[in-house]
Amino acid sequence: MSTYESPIREALIKGEDTNYSKITDDIVRNTEGTPPMAWMIAFALASATALFGVFCLFYTVWKGIGVWGLNKTVDWAWDITNFVWWIGIGHAGTLISAVLLLFRQKWRTGINRAAEAMTIFAVICAGLFPIFHMGRVWMAFFIFPYPNTRGPLWVNFNSPLLWDVFAISTYFTVSLLFWYSGLMPDFATIRDRAKTARRKMIYNILSFGWVGTAKQWQRFESLSLVLAGLSTPLVLSVHTIVSFDFATSVVPGWHTTIFPPYFVAGAIFSGFAMVQTLMLITRKIFNLQNYITTAHLESMNKVIVLTGSIVGVAYITELVIAWYSGYLYEQYAFYNRALGPYKWAYISMMTCNVISPQVFWFKKIRRSVFYSFLLSIFVNIGMWFERFVIIVTSLHRDFLPSSWNYFTPTWVDAGLYVGTIGIFFTLFLLFARTFPVIAIAEVKSIFSSSAETAKSKMSDPQDFSDVHSHSHDSGHGAHAAVHHDKNFNEQ
Amino acid sequence: MSVAAVENNKFIVGLYDHEEKLLKAIKHIRSKGIEIHDALSPFPVHGIDPILGLKDTRLHTAGFFFGLTGTTTALSVITFISKFNYPIIIGGKPFWALPAYIPVTFELTVLFASVGMVTTYLIRNKLWPGRVPRIFDKRTTDNLFALTFAIDDKSTADIDKIKSVLGETGALEINTKEFKDSDEPLN
Repeated sequence: MSTYESPIREALIKGEDTNYSKITDDIVRNTEGTPPMAWMIAFALASATALFGVFCLFYTVWKGIGVWGLNKTVDWAWDITNFVWWIGIGHAGTLISAVLLLFRQKWRTGINRAAEAMTIFAVICAGLFPIFHMGRVWMAFFIFPYPNTRGPLWVNFNSPLLWDVFAISTYFTVSLLFWYSGLMPDFATIRDRAKTARRKMIYNILSFGWVGTAKQWQRFESLSLVLAGLSTPLVLSVHTIVSFDFATSVVPGWHTTIFPPYFVAGAIFSGFAMVQTLMLITRKIFNLQNYITTAHLESMNKVIVLTGSIVGVAYITELVIAWYSGYLYEQYAFYNRALGPYKWAYISMMTCNVISPQVFWFKKIRRSVFYSFLLSIFVNIGMWFERFVIIVTSLHRDFLPSSWNYFTPTWVDAGLYVGTIGIFFTLFLLFARTFPVIAIAEVKSIFSSSAETAKSKMSDPQDFSDVHSHSHDSGHGAHAAVHHDKNFNEQ
Repeated sequence: MSVAAVENNKFIVGLYDHEEKLLKAIKHIRSKGIEIHDALSPFPVHGIDPILGLKDTRLHTAGFFFGLTGTTTALSVITFISKFNYPIIIGGKPFWALPAYIPVTFELTVLFASVGMVTTYLIRNKLWPGRVPRIFDKRTTDNLFALTFAIDDKSTADIDKIKSVLGETGALEINTKEFKDSDEPLN
């Protein structure tokens, strides 16, 4: 039985005349016909940027890592910054689809599909950086433990960098499986309304021949629940392991136990900001304001203000603990981080991440499309600076003052970063045009409890008695049967 | 719902426009002793399994064992490599340093459980790219809910009974659908 929901709670599916087939129409329409002009312009821009990114990748491989701005002191900079930034962004997708599923948050259904797609594309972008930083990319498979002819020579299982290999590849695989298993029923929906034989064939292949029998749905629900249960600790482990890349080293500024929770909160924070950016664009281009409502935006902004505050507390804790340690070198690392040559980056980080999201305590701003978009961009910028600050400020003044240095990026560094944004948006725009951008089946499953039309019926006292008897159906078979016969006669 | 030994080809399809009507109809039809072949819906209908008489799936149990396989694989492979095949001192730690192996073990547990479960799910649900399914009514992935009844071996009286009971439950449409073995169902 669809669970009863208070009529006071804001509807998650807006519109006076919504019904199941209108949901299908509204969502599937975006994959049919010619794309809107806004989509074409965005796609042209994104793919041009992506091509430049691919060029920079080729240039890096052709010339060598020397074309990046790295030096002997700062031997990790934009590459690892971008890697952590992208991985962090990816986390929101899993959080929305898995954690919110476990917490039975119904607003998840409007945004989970796009957020999961975002996860997958973000992880692809993230993966490029460590792989290309290896220099000889064609030997990237050396990172996997496999029997080889180089004597018994294996990878180092004590190294967090190897844990990262396992974490990221598992994360990518599981996210992809989770996403795709949810897509199959929706592809079947597109197939069954396709006009041409070719379209029917393509979407049938994509749907794996789904029909939606009771047993299929039963297994589907079981699979979703277990995958959500597995993804929840997985997503926490992934960013924990990413933070271990730094935290298990002996570099002051990196070697801190606060890193795992701090990184995970930051990841959720930046990920939700990116989901916000994408959803605001998507709902506008594809006219999906009835499914991605202000209530959805507000919920995401609440997560942003919460995680933003956690991140703020982490920044302050770092400083306090450095002072409290009484250890000169640790203190200097943080003094230098906040007030050294990279002061501008630290200030940008603090402003964008800690101060700016605090405006979301005001309901009016939380529900404003303009401010949501603006602040989501701020947070994205701020979280990039966070990683840059952690990585570069800790490295640039290392143990020997004679090798102290200042990092300046080259055009290739910038090109790679901007290029991955291009790759990301190219993939996302392709997804939005060819795949159901909102989980059709899941939105329909909350229709009876959370749609505006269903709610207006609930508040009607005459219908309320009817809803009430439904909610007792499963518990009191005999009692309910009486009602059924009555209802059948009415029909 | 039972899996027939011989493939059924002729069906009665009753269509409903709301999940509550579908659930009521299933109860009513089953109380009349009529066997339902299957129920189709555009989204998972909560509470349908007990009413339809479906047993709980064992997919999650399978998932547990796949996960266990992952844990054992990770620990045994790492142990073999670090302790026996390639013992090397790293940071003065023992050859076999369990805490350091937990992240990889955890990841492989999750990986094996997920991949194993999804594979089982696809096999059990008979889903694969290019599979041509039998579509009873195209609208069951859009806005309608269907109950199907296999009628190959049913007499005319039985068929009429099914139809009249379906009528009592407020079915929107009652159709007959026949598949040929050589049928191209994606029409």
